[in-house]
Amino acid sequence: MSKKIGKQTVRLAEGVVILSAASIVGPKEAEGPLSKYFDQKVEDPFFGEKTWELAESKFVEKNMELAVQKANLNPKDIDYVLCGDLLNQCTGSSFGIKNLNIPFFGLFGACSTMGESMSLGAMLVDGGFANHVLTGASSHFCAAEKQFRFPLPLGTQRPPTATWTVTGDGAVVLARKGEGPKIVEITTGKIVDMGVTDANNMGAAMAPAAAALLQAHFEDTGRTPQDYDVIATGDLGTVGRQLVVELLAKEGYEMDSRYTDCGIEIFDDATQDTHAGGSGCACSAVTFCAYFYPKLLAGEIKRMLFIPTGALMSPTSSQQGQPIPGIAHGLVIEGCKKGAN
Amino acid sequence: MDTTKKAQQEYDKMVKQASPNSPIFMNCLKAFISGGIICIIGQLLSNFYTGKDFSKEEAALLVSITLIGLSALLTALGWYEKLGKFCGAGTIVPITGFANSVVSPAIEFKKEGMVFGMAAKMFIVAGPVIVYGTLTSMLVGLVYYFVK
Amino acid sequence: MMEILKAFLVGGIICVIGQILIDKTKLMSGRILVLYVCLGCILGGLGIYKKIEEFGGAGATVPLTGFGFHLAEGVMKEVDRAGILGIFTGGLKAAAGGVTAAIFFAFLAALLANPKEK
Repeated sequence: MSKKIGKQTVRLAEGVVILSAASIVGPKEAEGPLSKYFDQKVEDPFFGEKTWELAESKFVEKNMELAVQKANLNPKDIDYVLCGDLLNQCTGSSFGIKNLNIPFFGLFGACSTMGESMSLGAMLVDGGFANHVLTGASSHFCAAEKQFRFPLPLGTQRPPTATWTVTGDGAVVLARKGEGPKIVEITTGKIVDMGVTDANNMGAAMAPAAAALLQAHFEDTGRTPQDYDVIATGDLGTVGRQLVVELLAKEGYEMDSRYTDCGIEIFDDATQDTHAGGSGCACSAVTFCAYFYPKLLAGEIKRMLFIPTGALMSPTSSQQGQPIPGIAHGLVIEGCKKGAN
Repeated sequence: MDTTKKAQQEYDKMVKQASPNSPIFMNCLKAFISGGIICIIGQLLSNFYTGKDFSKEEAALLVSITLIGLSALLTALGWYEKLGKFCGAGTIVPITGFANSVVSPAIEFKKEGMVFGMAAKMFIVAGPVIVYGTLTSMLVGLVYYFVK
Repeated sequence: MMEILKAFLVGGIICVIGQILIDKTKLMSGRILVLYVCLGCILGGLGIYKKIEEFGGAGATVPLTGFGFHLAEGVMKEVDRAGILGIFTGGLKAAAGGVTAAIFFAFLAALLANPKEK
């Protein structure tokens, strides 16, 4: 029996349960509009460590532990951990989870990593290869700036299209059985390169990939945007969201107010000076875990389409003048039935 | 998704439409005032040093050294970055901006060690200024040698 | 008082040109600095920057074009003094004070300060 429907989408036979979701963020996110939803808020961006890179790993470690704990499990009950980040060779993740002693697949999907890890994790569970899979993604503003842009003390202006990398980690425990929202369908994105080279306009670089994924998903499933309570892309910000709406309007789909972007939800530009919105692996990861997951659990959201988005570039590819291709990964998640809890 | 050259050009137009422009007039005003003020400080310093019986050339050098030191102090305190966000080119173009671009990587990369981090990365932003400045000065010298 | 006003005007205008370049061409600040130093050096060689400096004082010498101007002045002086070898020594000799100060203060700052979040 094939689980594949259409060209890019699979349907999971029983659905994979999201047993728990945990989030941890840095000080700027803690000042933002989603502040009250986060599990852990860390005042010190170094998190007591010596470097930004080690700080990111500590964010990963503490949050992964919490996700397992919230699922009432021990690390030894977890069959696989799948996670990734933006640092070179994904050391943010590997240094963070090395003490958990769980078989590990390291992932890189740029800022779409949360979607990639949840997709693969759900497939592992649905395929019968695991009972419990821990998946997550992380990023750290300071570590990302240092690696991708400039040393932090350099006095530069950010243009209005720039986005702000979220500091934090989001993680979920996926399970074969149990109570919780269910991942029921997965649409895997293709790389889309529309020739955008401006590293200060990542939303524009990633929007075509998100639009292509949405279109593929609607064609595969025969649904329309109106069949979802919430559609949330990862970190397109205000510019990218606008472009997705326009691109899909050309294809005949109306993306209305049900469509939001995690990068728009997490910061308030007026008071936080973040410009077009939040970005980074942690942007979609913490927004999903802290803000959307409880709504799914409570049955307030019956069906959502969660689409983390990523910009596939490196400092080298950028300096060599290469464009910034985008990627997006879609998951359909169904909320708990109201009152069933 | 259609990613042909034509589609890319069309998308480029959409991006330009959707992307807000930098508030160029306000930015220029801020750059003008802040850059101007830094130059006033330079002029006051220059007057001070020439008043202390330094020659014009010595005074010019002392002004540069003083401004570079001030910029390094503000950078170390984390204030220059905040000024830069507001002032834009007003704090990039003066010699204080040059100093900021040397001091910043020195602080940021000290975690990778004092040799391969701090020292090796000190000129990742400002190095090109010295390279191209020196090369241009050679060109000027060469032309001057034959023309004078 | 007049020279203060002139310094303000000339320095301000040079910074505004830089701001327009940043906003209109999306040039990174590093490229602006390179452009400015080369421009200052060439204008210095042509004798044009000397006039700007006579009018604007610190308004012309504090921006990085002034650094380029010093390189040009230095190399021409050395060519006068030492002939063709001056081409190799003049520029950096003129830049020595500024570059050494930047290295010294950067070293000091790195010893004393740690990276901070924005």
